[in-house]
Amino acid sequence: MTSRMSVLVLGGSSDIGRAAARAFAKAGYNVGLAGRDVAALEPDAADLRARYDVEASTWRFDVLDTASFEGFVAGLPVLPDVVISIVGLLGVQQHAESDLAHATTIMRSNYEGPSLILGLFAEKFLGRGSGTLVGVSSVAGDRGRASNYVYGSAKSGFSAFLSGLRARASRGGVHVVTVKPGFVRTKMTEGMKLIGPLTVDAPVVGDAILRAVEKKTDVVYVSGVWRLVMLIIKMLPEAVFKKLKF
Amino acid sequence: MTLLSGWGRFPAVSSEVLRPRSFAAVAEAVIDGSVARGNGRAYGDAAIGAVRTIGMTGFDRVRWFDPATGGIRLEAGVLLSDLIDTFGPRGFLPFVVPGTRFVSVGGAIAADVHGKNHHGEGGFGRYVDSILLRTGQGETIEASREQNSDAFFATVGGMGLTGVILEATMRLRPVASGWIRERVISASDLDAAMRALEASGSATYSVAWIDCAARGRDLGRSLIYLGEHAGADELAEAADRFPVGKNPGLAVPIDLPSMALNRISIRAFNALYYRMGARRAGADRVVSLYPYFFPLDSIADWNRIYGRRGFLQHQCVIPQAGAREVLGEILERVSRRGDASFLAVLKKLGHGDGLLSFPLPGYTLALDFPVRGDILNFLDELDRIVVAAGGRLYLAKDARQSRATFEAGYPLLSRFKAIRKSLDPKGSIRSKLSQRLLDEV
Repeated sequence: MTSRMSVLVLGGSSDIGRAAARAFAKAGYNVGLAGRDVAALEPDAADLRARYDVEASTWRFDVLDTASFEGFVAGLPVLPDVVISIVGLLGVQQHAESDLAHATTIMRSNYEGPSLILGLFAEKFLGRGSGTLVGVSSVAGDRGRASNYVYGSAKSGFSAFLSGLRARASRGGVHVVTVKPGFVRTKMTEGMKLIGPLTVDAPVVGDAILRAVEKKTDVVYVSGVWRLVMLIIKMLPEAVFKKLKF
Repeated sequence: MTLLSGWGRFPAVSSEVLRPRSFAAVAEAVIDGSVARGNGRAYGDAAIGAVRTIGMTGFDRVRWFDPATGGIRLEAGVLLSDLIDTFGPRGFLPFVVPGTRFVSVGGAIAADVHGKNHHGEGGFGRYVDSILLRTGQGETIEASREQNSDAFFATVGGMGLTGVILEATMRLRPVASGWIRERVISASDLDAAMRALEASGSATYSVAWIDCAARGRDLGRSLIYLGEHAGADELAEAADRFPVGKNPGLAVPIDLPSMALNRISIRAFNALYYRMGARRAGADRVVSLYPYFFPLDSIADWNRIYGRRGFLQHQCVIPQAGAREVLGEILERVSRRGDASFLAVLKKLGHGDGLLSFPLPGYTLALDFPVRGDILNFLDELDRIVVAAGGRLYLAKDARQSRATFEAGYPLLSRFKAIRKSLDPKGSIRSKLSQRLLDEV
């Protein structure tokens, strides 16, 4: 048997993480699922084994515990071929406006942690001369909006980090994918008012990530409409934009 | 609160909707007037809670699969479409599939759904070995034919009223390919159709599509579709052994005006469909499992063609002995009325397994009607004919039958009620359907 490719999913218990794990396992990858609660990941690992007859393992990973990152990477038995970071925290904008601790957690969860861990894997991948890194960012990072700029600014920073990393790593045989899902029906968005035609289910995002890795796409808007929507939003003059309430 | 309805979009009722993420959260949701909902493909009010509705599709994990036996343990929210897509390529399919693949395993157990093989192989519940159930009384029990067997036989076909189905162990069918060898037989009237179904009792799959707009000497003219699993050697050279199920390509984007379906359009469609099918009659051909089992799944939201007010499906089963006369009488009335749709299906059934399972040895006839005019009165008349013949209606399709009709049709009801009472003495599990047909008022 030829040795299988492997993928590590950071944020493996999220809906998009589970969907990405299934998409890669279906394509024949062995899968590592990483998250804060290892016990909660085990049923998903068992699901991947049962469905696709691949190896699936679980790893403890806390995106806020940056001090543990080097040990985490060193502790993996093999360096994966693909690492996907789906970690993120929407938080509550209204709280973040006055609660600095909450704002800090949002910024660290969406920018600092994901950037540092993918940066660390990038060094290892460049040393090996191969690999793909996937960062799940957000359309919210394309322009800071009144309703979610704490989250949006962190995602914006993450997108910028990925963009720079891609430019640098591409010379060393390592590819970096930025994924901007738009609205997705998940635990994170439950209860939010989502606009039907702009909203997709998590498996659509999972499949899009696999496709982007296989085709070495740079930036993926999961639903093409979003590229247009965000282009328009980005082009609005600030004088107009600041009067909008979304 | 959310306005919920079934696939027929009638009735639409408000209910609180919960989407628990753990079995512990399910347990907390099982209080005063709740029922589980899978993918919402029951047609009427079965999966709408009296007070709150517990959405189960988030529970979509497979626990284990044994390729040596086809045995599988899974969470109740796994859809049959998912099972087919995942295990088809590994050579396994569900033993029983209904007319849509977009149903959950929990829903398929609760309705003890039947497929085109019921006459020979039984219903969905026959291939379920064990069920993990959260009861209304607050216990989580494993129910099988050996252990908690009362709960098992009440849960198979029990419309979710014994508790929330959390997980199930079942068996998948080993198959050589994802293709079906199909034979079409054209039958010029009801007698010919029933003769053809009787003569094809050894076929694994059989079903008749009836042109219920045809009248007079054409009454009951039908196309009978027989099917067998095709061996790998029967496939075209270029064919994949397991064809990929595409997501619906077509969709009905809006509610069509209720005028869209009228006597003339239905008659024209049916006559055309019959002639097209009759041309294929005789010769076998190998078709993908998707169009064979799920012809309507290729059109997303087809329920919208009946307009905003929705539609009703009347699916009855008539015991073998009097079936010919009774079916003739029903078809006669329907053809006179003229607005039954092109989706009339006739099929032979065998014994049901659960206490409230729909099938009994005889013939089932399924007819769709748009909700308008005096349709409720008309269906009540059909019910009287069904009851007089010792038949009954399928709860998974029902939105309007009376308590009297239901009670007359299900002789094991008192046994079911006693088991339900013991599993749920306070009546925590209640749906709109149970309020209409079973609960003490």
